[in-house]
Amino acid sequence: MSCGFDVVVVGAGPGGIAAATIAAEAGLRVCLLDDNRSPGGQIWRGLHPEAARKGPHGRDFVQWTERLRRAECEVWSGWQVIDCAAPGTLRTECEDEVRDVEWRKLIVATGARERFLPFPGWTLPGVAGAGGLQALVKSGLDVRGKRIVVAGTGPLLPAIAAGLSDAGANIIAIYEQAPMSRLLGFGVTLAGYPGKLVEGLGYFRKLRGVFYRTGSWVKRGEGSMRLERVTITDGRSEWSHDCDWLACGFHLVPNLELPALLGCEMADGYVSVDELQQSSVTGVACVGELTGIGGLEKALLEGKIAGWSAAGRENEGHALTKRMSSVRNFARRLDRSVQPAGRPIPRQRVCGPTAAAPHAAGATCTTSGGGRTVQAGRGARAGGR
Amino acid sequence: MLMNQSFSIVVNGRLLRVSEGTSVAAAMMLANEACRVSVRGERRGPLCGMGICMECRATVNGVKHQRTCQVMCTPAMEVVTA
Repeated sequence: MSCGFDVVVVGAGPGGIAAATIAAEAGLRVCLLDDNRSPGGQIWRGLHPEAARKGPHGRDFVQWTERLRRAECEVWSGWQVIDCAAPGTLRTECEDEVRDVEWRKLIVATGARERFLPFPGWTLPGVAGAGGLQALVKSGLDVRGKRIVVAGTGPLLPAIAAGLSDAGANIIAIYEQAPMSRLLGFGVTLAGYPGKLVEGLGYFRKLRGVFYRTGSWVKRGEGSMRLERVTITDGRSEWSHDCDWLACGFHLVPNLELPALLGCEMADGYVSVDELQQSSVTGVACVGELTGIGGLEKALLEGKIAGWSAAGRENEGHALTKRMSSVRNFARRLDRSVQPAGRPIPRQRVCGPTAAAPHAAGATCTTSGGGRTVQAGRGARAGGR
Repeated sequence: MLMNQSFSIVVNGRLLRVSEGTSVAAAMMLANEACRVSVRGERRGPLCGMGICMECRATVNGVKHQRTCQVMCTPAMEVVTA
């Protein structure tokens, strides 16, 4: 089956929702498609409108999902892009159905995934990404009373630990591998963004009493049927914790497979875009984490700009670009503070060829199963082992 | 997270009670079952939780290689470790 739209938006996180809503409100025929069961992306995953009103990002969620519902936009949940069938046509699939979707404008908002660094025992059940464990809890995993070690790097760790603690988990410790000096540098940067600073302090207030240590990382995980114990090191000494779960992630990497398939130009691991979010490929815009890891505010703003631009209302888009420089700066500095430097990264390649995942530098360990499969990262840990 | 109804699914032949809105990956972990076993015999469970890493593949209602973190439990669903 094939069908066509003025605008196709891939990825129904905040950036995709904003782009699709603005374009649909402007009178265009819009299709918003996403692999997940409902719109919201990772940050708004599993939010219920009633509960969301009270949460930190809840108001944005309620406002945007409501607006999306009112806009006459087709929303396809549970659909994956698997190929570019022809220029201007995406091949998509959902369970056992395949559709070719033609677009005049394409907005890519595929977001980011966690960066995983391997260590002995990282394949044991009970070892999950930090955001990964959070996602599992949002989809029904009961962690009440479970002992959890949170490790890795990035500003998401305390936020995730606070969320797990709210869900009833016993957070044993948070290990941030970046040294304090680099974090302080980022802290100074954050001071220029009061909203973000207050948010960060809020998480720490919730976690008062939880052991937080910088400059240390997971050496190995052990257990027979599943994870039972985690060993941590600071490069000089080692110590262990008995635990039920290890939530371990090293910040985020953008999901670049689709922009790469489309031939979008990239620089420094992100898609290069102009002021109106347009990539080097005519008709293709990229928004959100694809252009730099910057979170909710940046994604919404870029989504709106791309939506206006797709509707031919560039002036409205330009009016928003003034606010972009501050969120982009934030993204750049964040990136610098969480680079997994400062400790040796394993040299050996732990997974298959990385040809179709150009961002998968060395230890990032994301790999693509099939050369033309957009859903790359397949078999990140599965590759023939 | 508001969960209302609960129902039973079958995990490796055993009944498991889950709440509406529970993903199959979460159910497998609640049942203390591996999602799949690697070719070298290692037990594997969900890693990314968001449909990217393919570690949580299992057989759901007879269909192999389902990413269980992206599939929601439904009444009487049958899941088998792959």
